[in-house]
Amino acid sequence: MSAARLSAPNIQLNALGKIKHFLTIEGLKKHHLTEILDTAESFINPHTNEIKKVPLLRGKTIMNLFFEPSTRTRTTFEIAEKRLSADVASLDIQTSATKKGESLLDTLWNLQAMQADMFVIRHAESGAGHFFSQHVAPHVHVLNAGDGQHAHPTQAMLDMFTIRKHKGDIFDLKIAIVGDVLHSRVVRSQIQALSILEAREIRVIGPKTLMPVNTEALGVHVFHDIEAGLKDVDVIIMVRLQNERMQSALIPSEKEFFKLYGLTEKRLALAKPDAIVMHPGPINRGVEIDSAVADGPQSVILEQVTYGIAVRMAVMSIIMSNAAQLAQHEAEQLALATQESTQSDTLLPTETNA
Amino acid sequence: MRLVIKNGRIIDPSQNLDKITHLYVSRGRIAGIGENPPEGFSADQEVDATGKWVLPGLVDLQARLGEPGSQYVGDIASETLAAVAGGITSICFPPDTSPVNDSQAVTELIQRRARQAATAFVMPIGALTQELKGERLSAIYSLKQAGCVALSQANTPIQNPLTLKNALEYAATHDIVVMLRSESRQLKNNGVAHAGAVSSRLGLPAIPPSAETIALARDLILVEEAGIKAHFSQLSCARSVEMIAQAKQRGLPVTCDVAIHQLHLSEMDVMGFNSLFHVSPPLRSLRDQAALLAGLKSGVIDAVVSDHTPLGNDDKLLPFGESKPGISGLETLLPLLMKLVQENELDLMTAIRCVTQNPANILGIQTGTLCESSSADFSIVNPEAIWTLNPKTMVSAGRNTPFAGWEFIGKVEQTYFQGRPVFRDFV
Repeated sequence: MSAARLSAPNIQLNALGKIKHFLTIEGLKKHHLTEILDTAESFINPHTNEIKKVPLLRGKTIMNLFFEPSTRTRTTFEIAEKRLSADVASLDIQTSATKKGESLLDTLWNLQAMQADMFVIRHAESGAGHFFSQHVAPHVHVLNAGDGQHAHPTQAMLDMFTIRKHKGDIFDLKIAIVGDVLHSRVVRSQIQALSILEAREIRVIGPKTLMPVNTEALGVHVFHDIEAGLKDVDVIIMVRLQNERMQSALIPSEKEFFKLYGLTEKRLALAKPDAIVMHPGPINRGVEIDSAVADGPQSVILEQVTYGIAVRMAVMSIIMSNAAQLAQHEAEQLALATQESTQSDTLLPTETNA
Repeated sequence: MRLVIKNGRIIDPSQNLDKITHLYVSRGRIAGIGENPPEGFSADQEVDATGKWVLPGLVDLQARLGEPGSQYVGDIASETLAAVAGGITSICFPPDTSPVNDSQAVTELIQRRARQAATAFVMPIGALTQELKGERLSAIYSLKQAGCVALSQANTPIQNPLTLKNALEYAATHDIVVMLRSESRQLKNNGVAHAGAVSSRLGLPAIPPSAETIALARDLILVEEAGIKAHFSQLSCARSVEMIAQAKQRGLPVTCDVAIHQLHLSEMDVMGFNSLFHVSPPLRSLRDQAALLAGLKSGVIDAVVSDHTPLGNDDKLLPFGESKPGISGLETLLPLLMKLVQENELDLMTAIRCVTQNPANILGIQTGTLCESSSADFSIVNPEAIWTLNPKTMVSAGRNTPFAGWEFIGKVEQTYFQGRPVFRDFV
């Protein structure tokens, strides 16, 4: 039975195998990711133009439901939505209906009744995106803006976009991810995206207390020694220490963590000379990364933020375009079926006579 | 009333009996088994059980019946009916009710409701500590006097070893069975899924096996010191089975059980975040699952329980980690056991023994048997009926089952409690 359930259809994909909800990178194909990256390229130019808007989502309503605090992700989503000309409503659910006792689903259904076309959801529980996508109306789309420790797929895609911008292709790259892997939804999504895009080697670096069980099973090489782990890598992704998720003593102090795993200029020198340094933010200077590196020439941290808008525009426009294609496909199928049914009705007397 | 069940295959592990013959019932008790009726017996009613199995009423060491406290998802009347629909006629009811069963008044309320329902034998388990807080001992003697067959902490094990030591010694004074579920709250650390490949992939807060095994090691040491007979509930880890086996080899008077869903499901089933698979202890690795099954075969694990926890839709219609753990399991206990037999994972006699004779022995009660003069609690099972579990047609008020759509071979057709038919369902 387990095997049967594992091979269940991917709930993210529609009947044409195209992205319907964007919940996780896991289960997507290389062409899905490439499509997002290629589409994002086309949204880069509007940023530099005076008029940045495109009318792709005109008339569509997108609701940003943030059950968890967020500044960067929420703002870039809002900007992306507005640049696509969508009508946008952002709700801070922490201070709204669910705090008054309304169930999550009732909140969702009420908002859906306001004719939302897409929900962008951030939630503290892993799998929340899956849960919501299973309970929205068929024409409504769910986009995961981070769920618990599970996934943050748009962040991973903007990271892939940034890498591709600098390195041309993910293939053949050695990538090191440093820090709190255990609590990071971003890392899980990054690892999946890098694997699908066939990165040559993915390394994760950190103490055992910040690694999930069987980390190797995620398809990565685990290093506890940062010097060894950074040797000859093309990309270094630093990850924030998520103190708010740490319920027990996982590291002695931020000071010791920086001593062992902080990215300094000296350590950066162990990577390839043209290695880039990334961080999904918010960065903790002097905890994960030295200011000299964060602000240094190899840092692409602020570019990631800029590209985040283009990537999120790409994901949302692809989802709505896929929905339109599916609707057209279904209309064609219906027309075909009606035509066949009419033909068989007309054939019936002949067959009966025969 | 006198009743004869004719030509059924009577399977009773307590008598090492597996034979096609007749079962005689008189005034609510078993009057005899065999080709010839007992002396002076003349039947008022005959039931033809040709081609069917006749099993002792099953004994479930752990099933929640909703009442008091959660009547919105079932009460003693509805859940005892679900029990007999699954062939279960004796049920141990853990104390995590609302209010907690830590007083004579609550025990008596449960018994009164059970008597009113008159569908199955409900055996309350008293709380070991007041309000299950793990701090102050309950009125253990009074609970025993009121009719509690055992004491437990349900799913909230005592964390303080001194409190547990005192509780065990005090319970030993009054010679009452203590059921322990071993779990370290600190190592559980608010986890919701087994610490393994799946929780790592899905980012679900993880519960390591050590959350169970470290607590089990501690509990075994304290049980030995207190000199009490203890029963360990709902093992979930391979290492736990080894530890119980070693304890038994050393002569410790310990027994243990496993929940039936642990023998069929694993952490792999949690992929997809389906909250119906959210249980406590969590579904473990395939290796743990195999070890639990091996433990059952070898006799290290004495009993299988339903761990029936009827929940409402609202309890499960939540993201995985926010949903309540538990499965509505009364109606699937026997079918899932039969499935193990059909898949040659378990022999039939062992399967039936671990839900009849063994749990009855653990509690020291005369049930789960078809011995002469015991209560006439039994079911008639059609071993060839093929059916598919549909939550909508479940008898329990809780439809929270991950086994929906599973096909089973073998179905309870009739159940008798104290010689009276309390369930009939002909497929």
